[in-house]
Amino acid sequence: MKILIQNGRIIDPANQIDQLGDLQIADGLIQPTSENFEPQQSLDATGLIISPGLIDLRARLREPGQKHKGTIFSESRAAAAGGITMVSIPPDTKPIIDSTAVVELIRQKAEQAGFVEVAPLGALTKGLEGEQLSTMGALKSAGCRAVSNAQNPIHNTQVLRRAFEYANTHDLTVFIHPQDYWLKDGGCAHEGAISTRLGLPGIPDAAETAGVARDLVLIRSTGVRAHFCGISSQQALQMITQARKEGLPITADTAIHHLYLTEMDIGQFNPNSHVIPPLRTERDRTGLIEGVCSGAIQALCSDHQPHDDDAKAAPFEETEPGISGLETLLPLTLRLAKEQHLPLIDALATVTCNPASILGLQSGTLSPGAPANITLFNPDTWWTVRADQLLSAGKNSPFLNWELQGRVTHTLLNGAIVYEAP
Amino acid sequence: MSKSLQLDSQGRLRHFLSIEGLNRPLLTEILDTAERFTQVGNQSAKKVPLLRGKTIANLFFEPSTRTRTTFDLAEKRLSADVLNININNSATTKGETLLDTLQNLTAMQIDMFVVRHSASGAAHFIAQHVPGGVSVINAGDGRHAHPTQAMLDMFTIRKYKEDFTRLRVAIVGDVMHSRVARSQIHALNMLGCPEVRVIAPKTLCPSHVENLGVHFTHNMEEGLEGVDVVIMLRLQNERMRGANLPSKDEFFRFYGLTESRLQCAATDAIIMHPGPMNRGVEIESSVADSQHSVILQQVTNGIAVRMAVLSMAMQHNSGER
Repeated sequence: MKILIQNGRIIDPANQIDQLGDLQIADGLIQPTSENFEPQQSLDATGLIISPGLIDLRARLREPGQKHKGTIFSESRAAAAGGITMVSIPPDTKPIIDSTAVVELIRQKAEQAGFVEVAPLGALTKGLEGEQLSTMGALKSAGCRAVSNAQNPIHNTQVLRRAFEYANTHDLTVFIHPQDYWLKDGGCAHEGAISTRLGLPGIPDAAETAGVARDLVLIRSTGVRAHFCGISSQQALQMITQARKEGLPITADTAIHHLYLTEMDIGQFNPNSHVIPPLRTERDRTGLIEGVCSGAIQALCSDHQPHDDDAKAAPFEETEPGISGLETLLPLTLRLAKEQHLPLIDALATVTCNPASILGLQSGTLSPGAPANITLFNPDTWWTVRADQLLSAGKNSPFLNWELQGRVTHTLLNGAIVYEAP
Repeated sequence: MSKSLQLDSQGRLRHFLSIEGLNRPLLTEILDTAERFTQVGNQSAKKVPLLRGKTIANLFFEPSTRTRTTFDLAEKRLSADVLNININNSATTKGETLLDTLQNLTAMQIDMFVVRHSASGAAHFIAQHVPGGVSVINAGDGRHAHPTQAMLDMFTIRKYKEDFTRLRVAIVGDVMHSRVARSQIHALNMLGCPEVRVIAPKTLCPSHVENLGVHFTHNMEEGLEGVDVVIMLRLQNERMRGANLPSKDEFFRFYGLTESRLQCAATDAIIMHPGPMNRGVEIESSVADSQHSVILQQVTNGIAVRMAVLSMAMQHNSGER
């Protein structure tokens, strides 16, 4: 199928392009502009932005293992509606992604659904138990771009060191969720004024900074390439930024909700604001925003965790943590650009070429010859987030009833239109 | 949100979930109403017909003796029909969610729930899920709130001290895990108490406690200096396992209320404890039994205060229907 996207504002952060123009697509690839291109379909992109499809570094699709919360079909369809064309999946599925069979299963299901590409992360340790190394070499051959222990702790620092060394041996990036298990100690909210007032078990900043400190020491000594996932505190970010300046091969992301919400948003026990790592203080929120603007945080992600209603229908501390975020990632990124006077091209880099490069991919661009993974959106359209209009099976969003600006009109995956706004 | 959940559009009590979100006139109204109800306990027929025909379910997901018993008595003295449901969190409820339990009971046309639960926010959650016209009274949720306990403590303080605006109050012990302390702090501040002190080792004091409107010290003698009211909190055994404290003996050595430490307080200081009390851990036996102690009066007052809260919430509730 030959498609011509006409007269849009093409923003391609990887190539530093921001200009009005057309895009020609054939054989699933973006074509060099040619005079005698004869499209079978034309899309009028007047007033729209043409961006590389978004790459979300962290989204739970809930399959395999928790199909009552979401399926690869339902969640990848929601991703496409959110303008996302690739999602990276943490290995804590059931079964865990510690064998090539599970990698294959996820990839096949995603291919059948046909909405997005998936990048399953391999387990860093077998069963994520923090004891035995996983078969990282085989996982890499099966297509895992990186390895991670997700939010499962590795108590034994010798195991952690060996895991880093072995990942390095196979030239794999380690995705780290920094958190000291003991300091987290069953907490469900940031340890501070709000947790004290509401009597909720708190998670101190130190849970994150102690995790980062330990991991940085071992990254330094093993030389492994590492990516810090979901940084929530300003202090942890400072430590990472400092180490990066010293030349450590590290990157960092934050979940976009941490740029908009703080502990205050727990309000009177709002379970949709229950996330791990927890929403922290205004100082942390501001620090993270500055980090995104300065480049200290390279990527933004949805940290999508869809839940069934029952998972959130309980007293706050007994609810399951997580936010359904695929469909709000783009508008919240756009809002950040607007509020912080961040050039749109830089904001879009955090959800396109930067996450691609963290995954070691050349994608997330509109370069001629690249796969035609493209998002068209109207940056001016206002819409209200409503549970019944989210395509995700998970309606657990703290942004429900928020008015957001910027709405996807078309998502293309390998040159095929996989989502078109109704 | 808390305001709209607890109060109706006329500012009357709809649910009683936490002291936060209420206001001084309402707290005073509760105390004044309780004052009138103390007479009922002194009559030979200890009953008034205020809640006749109403059904109240005491839904206890956590064991309790004192609170449950005094609620039970308060309800019966108001002539309500009472259903006592004790649900052992670990066993009976397996498989049934809190919401299911609640919906089943709601189907039995209960007018009011009195709830105790181990999770902070449980009472708010239940209040958000009962049909309009059904009231929820929080009998303790996790570490969050125990507002009727706080009100009976305020009632007791008012009996002995009258004017809150000239009081110095010290709360001693495990504030971190205490719903009682949180509710007392809010109530004391709301009633105009100018100085609330929290005395605890740092391991038993929550972060940012000053934000609640208290002064914090980890020195017992310093904290007790000149106070008019000493509130001791219960110390639970699991605090030794959770690395909050080395031993009961060591706690008593530094934070136990002894006769000699009591010398630091005002000469007419009163001593309170929400119970159950550990003699020789938080408090010296002779101090607990001394003339300063109003611990048993607290229990008696608990009935009148709970009658006041129940009748006020039900008053609203009858109006709505």
